[in-house]
Amino acid sequence: MTGARSLVRALRDPGSVGACDWNGLVSAARAEQLIGSLAFRMEGRKLPPRIEAIFAAARRDAAHVRTRTLWEAEMCRRALAPLGIPVVLMKGTAFHAAGLEASLGRSVGDLDILVPRESLPAVESALLDAGWERLKQAGGYDDVYYRRWMHELPPLIHKDRDRMIDVHHTILPLTARPRPDAAALIEGSVALDNGLRVLAPADMIVHAAAHLFADGDLAGGLRNLWDIDRLLREFDSVDFRRTLEERARLHQLAAPVGRALRLARRLYGTPVAAGRLTVADRLFEARLLARNSWGQERGKLLRFAFYLRGHLLRMPPLMLARHLWTKAAMR
Amino acid sequence: MRHRLALQIGPVAFRIGSAWRSPLDALARLYAGYPAPADGLCDFTVRLEPERPWRRFLRPSVAIRGDYVLPDAAPLALAHGLLAAEMGMNLQMALGQRTWLLLHAATVEKDGRAIVMTGESGAGKSTLAALLGERGWRLMGDEFALLDLASGALLPFPRAISLKNGAIGVMEAEAAADRFGPRLAGTPKGDIRHLRPNAEAIARMGEGARPALILFPRFGSAAAVRGVGQAEAFMRLTQASTNYVALGRRGFDALANLVRGVPALAIDYPDTETAVGLIADFRRELAA
Repeated sequence: MTGARSLVRALRDPGSVGACDWNGLVSAARAEQLIGSLAFRMEGRKLPPRIEAIFAAARRDAAHVRTRTLWEAEMCRRALAPLGIPVVLMKGTAFHAAGLEASLGRSVGDLDILVPRESLPAVESALLDAGWERLKQAGGYDDVYYRRWMHELPPLIHKDRDRMIDVHHTILPLTARPRPDAAALIEGSVALDNGLRVLAPADMIVHAAAHLFADGDLAGGLRNLWDIDRLLREFDSVDFRRTLEERARLHQLAAPVGRALRLARRLYGTPVAAGRLTVADRLFEARLLARNSWGQERGKLLRFAFYLRGHLLRMPPLMLARHLWTKAAMR
Repeated sequence: MRHRLALQIGPVAFRIGSAWRSPLDALARLYAGYPAPADGLCDFTVRLEPERPWRRFLRPSVAIRGDYVLPDAAPLALAHGLLAAEMGMNLQMALGQRTWLLLHAATVEKDGRAIVMTGESGAGKSTLAALLGERGWRLMGDEFALLDLASGALLPFPRAISLKNGAIGVMEAEAAADRFGPRLAGTPKGDIRHLRPNAEAIARMGEGARPALILFPRFGSAAAVRGVGQAEAFMRLTQASTNYVALGRRGFDALANLVRGVPALAIDYPDTETAVGLIADFRRELAA
């Protein structure tokens, strides 16, 4: 069993992990940024001492990740509070801040927030005043590209804490075909005690599915699909399924959400009604599992195909050609 | 991976895979006599692989990868594959170690009392530790000291000692030839030759020790000794640690207990023999 496949099985059914290739499981979990999630799934089980020590350390590390994540969100809250606008946390930070199941052991890299598009200039200058700095040269190709075509500002990084913030105004690039309703995302968001907000449960899943299947090259996809599995299990009810369907349609993202349900069910056994796997689903599945028990990426051709697809989703062919040409000339 | 090797060093086990045979052959020779990890279970995986597929044969270049990776690490020539394996293990410890407080420091022990020596690269701690290891001290490690968060004990991590440039000749005069790895000329860090710690250091790699003295050695000036206050020692040790922040409160408590319980000294020394003499004096004072 390959590294990624054994990782999926261990996450899905921790009891099934007997005398397995522990080294391969640990390496695959680290490579997919799922070591923390796996460590919590394995908590309390009888394991070889060295493996138990690895998981215990990962659980302790998760506590540090949570502290750091919530602190970063708080720093952002303080910087933006004077603007009086809704600030919606997204992805990992939102799971931690809202105390969701999906946050157990969840790694967090950047801070992702969503704000109303018309507030972007004010948000950016407030962040710059509070110690965040530009990563991309102002007025350069990347900078202009982000501002014109992307769903987020060019990334900013904090000069002391060395952490990045992505300021979104919607959840897909403007060049993508689906047009999510950003105003509805903010309108439906839920306030936390400290005044920051998180997306409504259904929108969280729509966003995770959009991020995974309608944007990018599926790198880190097993973790994103694990988020979806955890969210679906936590929120599941008859009403919720109907809401999820409605929100997916509203944001023009019914197809990625459908695929997310089918693949979550397929890989993680998520208890949701989902149709049969399509031929395309099987390609996505193969791409998600393309990692061996040394943590190495496998399936070069498949990976390349998804890399190309990621770019094509973002821009029409002519624009892509111009973009790649400019990027190549910049080297 | 095509070629593989597992190594137990102190409490930590590594699995090393390589696309080429030669780095692992050199590694196996250097670590002759080290135990294999129990049941083959390892804490960290290191991979030595071609930067691009064709670079396995064509001007082979070894990329250092593994569970934890530095994105912009430069690849090494295949002739320096042994160094790549060593750097790969260091990287896993520096980026992934969360069980013990990791200090970038050399440690030697005598009569159950350990001296922790830390300083910037070039301060001479490796050479000093290597020399003391041949002069009646037990070498616990020349690169990383592991501080147990609960007990405050130091655990051995007796990796092969990485000797650079002038230190190579110093140690060639001290230790048997069969304990040395190949001389690696012209690496990014200059000439490097690895030295396997002696048999006692390997046999007792499971045995910790109480810290007795923190030393900040600095090579190059006339001999001088200066006491270092607890606050300064604490700050310098946080800078010498790769995981102090990630360990949170537990890391703070362990380090605070260390500097409260153990004296700290900064020493200047013009040559290694002088430093060995100073350390022998400290030991007598500590024992008195």
